[in-house]
Amino acid sequence: MNFLQILSNTAAQILDPITIAYALAAVGLAVHFGFTGLLNMGVAGFMAMGAYGYAISVLTFGAPWWLAILVGIAAAVVFALVLGIPTLRLRGDYLAIVTIAAAEVARLLFLTGAFDPVTGSADGLSGYHTDFRAANPLPPGTYGFGPWQYNETQWWPRIFGLVLLALAVLLVWALMRSPWGRVIKGIREDEDAVRALGKNVFSYKMQALVVGGIICAVGGLVNALGANVNPGNFMTSQTFFVWTALLLGGAATIFGPVLGAVIFWVVQAFLSNLLPALVNIGWLPFLTSEQSQMLRFVLVGAALMLIVVFMPQGLLGNKKELTFVK
Amino acid sequence: MSSDVTAPVSRAKSTGLHKGEPRPGVEKVDPILVADHVRRTFGGLTAVDVEHLEIPRHAITALIGPNGAGKTTLFNLLTGFDVPNEGEWRFNGKSLARVPAFKVARMGAVRTFQLTKALGRLTVLDNMKLGATGQRGERFFGSLLPFLWRKQDAEIEERAMELLQRFKLDAKAHDYAASLSGGQRKLLEMARALMSRPTLVMLDEPMAGVNPALTQSLLEHIFSLKDEGMTVLFVEHDMHMVRHIADWVVVMAEGRIVAEGPPDTVMRERAVIDAYLGGHQDVDLGVVTGRVAAEGELSSEALELVEEVKAFDAAIEAAESRQEEER
Repeated sequence: MNFLQILSNTAAQILDPITIAYALAAVGLAVHFGFTGLLNMGVAGFMAMGAYGYAISVLTFGAPWWLAILVGIAAAVVFALVLGIPTLRLRGDYLAIVTIAAAEVARLLFLTGAFDPVTGSADGLSGYHTDFRAANPLPPGTYGFGPWQYNETQWWPRIFGLVLLALAVLLVWALMRSPWGRVIKGIREDEDAVRALGKNVFSYKMQALVVGGIICAVGGLVNALGANVNPGNFMTSQTFFVWTALLLGGAATIFGPVLGAVIFWVVQAFLSNLLPALVNIGWLPFLTSEQSQMLRFVLVGAALMLIVVFMPQGLLGNKKELTFVK
Repeated sequence: MSSDVTAPVSRAKSTGLHKGEPRPGVEKVDPILVADHVRRTFGGLTAVDVEHLEIPRHAITALIGPNGAGKTTLFNLLTGFDVPNEGEWRFNGKSLARVPAFKVARMGAVRTFQLTKALGRLTVLDNMKLGATGQRGERFFGSLLPFLWRKQDAEIEERAMELLQRFKLDAKAHDYAASLSGGQRKLLEMARALMSRPTLVMLDEPMAGVNPALTQSLLEHIFSLKDEGMTVLFVEHDMHMVRHIADWVVVMAEGRIVAEGPPDTVMRERAVIDAYLGGHQDVDLGVVTGRVAAEGELSSEALELVEEVKAFDAAIEAAESRQEEER
């Protein structure tokens, strides 16, 4: 067992586009759930909007990369409006039901063979990187140190993703310290009380759903920039992974979602390297190495339960808040 | 706190609020809120059926009645939190039918809730600041440009601290509202409602679950609302308090308005009080419901009560037949 190799692979995961994508999605979900109290169970749907919006614009319509990004964002806005208009007037639980169903509908539409020329159905989409890579300002070469050594084509989506993540965090921070954020947090606590104070609660919830949805979609987009688009990525389990990352870091915090996503993927990478290695040297005789890959998802489920029961405020959450969790 | 626990000072009541004899639906000299034919049914149950109601301006009006009389439902209807099956109502001459709750609040009619709605994981100060209307920083794009709202926010904070001082909550300003006691939450809710500079304050059971010392200071606060030119409409069960502070009393039962008048007059209708507010809780209910034991077993007090209940029943029947005739 090469322990150094395992550690190196684990460390490399920190800068993987999927980690940055999950961090963005978790920041978006923090706007929804942590600050506004909206139970969005359709994170994967929002991420799919960003990824497919980008890839389809480039491949089918030949749009430049920056326009394709805007299309991905616009798709998320439409998705948020479609979900929000019928459900935001109802009690919170209904949004959870509708979002989880809508995300599945979106995934199945992308998966079906009916639109194969546009969506690529089960194969997904790839080969849309040319224009984005042409905009890469980095000269060719290999950069970095230790486990983080990439060439210019690998660095570019990572840097771009980190910039977007920084912008998203900055946006959420600016919003949540403002009077707008105060209204949003008031709605989380009791929307009737906020309504009685003369605030248009429906409009605020819709704004929050759109803002968080855009950030989630940018997450899906960053992953698409680093790899390819595959409908299998946007299953409901992805939604729950993002929820795990969010709750781990702290739902009502600015940096919590980022920290949670990093820890989530680092632990995932560590286990996916460690468990097969343990099987190979015979320490886990009851598992095959394929089964050991599944074991980490079992552990994710257990971790999610433990967080919610014993640390509902998350790693960065305010301990004082814990006293008053309803 | 000591300054608050002084003996209750009785204030001069506002009089001459109505035109003609006090009766249900009597016209007021200067009504702030007028409701006509407001009816709300839940399935087969008619929760509210108000023919006509006027709330006098610059006065404290109490809305009383037994549990299930429709007081809170009427509150919800008037503030846009519920939509009636039919009817119209006007606030300051402007129709409020189908106006959403947040717009009603912006027009100057704010309410509190029977079950307090303190925003727990916001600080007391943030709760207060949320109450201010017309904040530039509450618009999405405006919120991203702090130079637009910094100054206004500072002014709001100053005003919030003044109000918190008045309500003796200033020491708690930076604590989570969830850490307040039940009575303090009532105070916070009232103070928060005042942040919007309302003209009509509607309090749903402001005294429920509040200890006597705090009741006294709450009473003073309600008086001071009137002193500042606001109109107060409140729901209450405590008859002593109603007698003490209300200028006008509206009695509801089974969704209808059954009596109206200045507190002393309404209180004199002892039948109203006995039947609706349980003035004789210590007397065997068998007396009231007719399951009376043999003659002679009743105390004189109970006999008196039976007479009153009979008289009251007759009064209700008369009122009902009168309303039916009008229809």
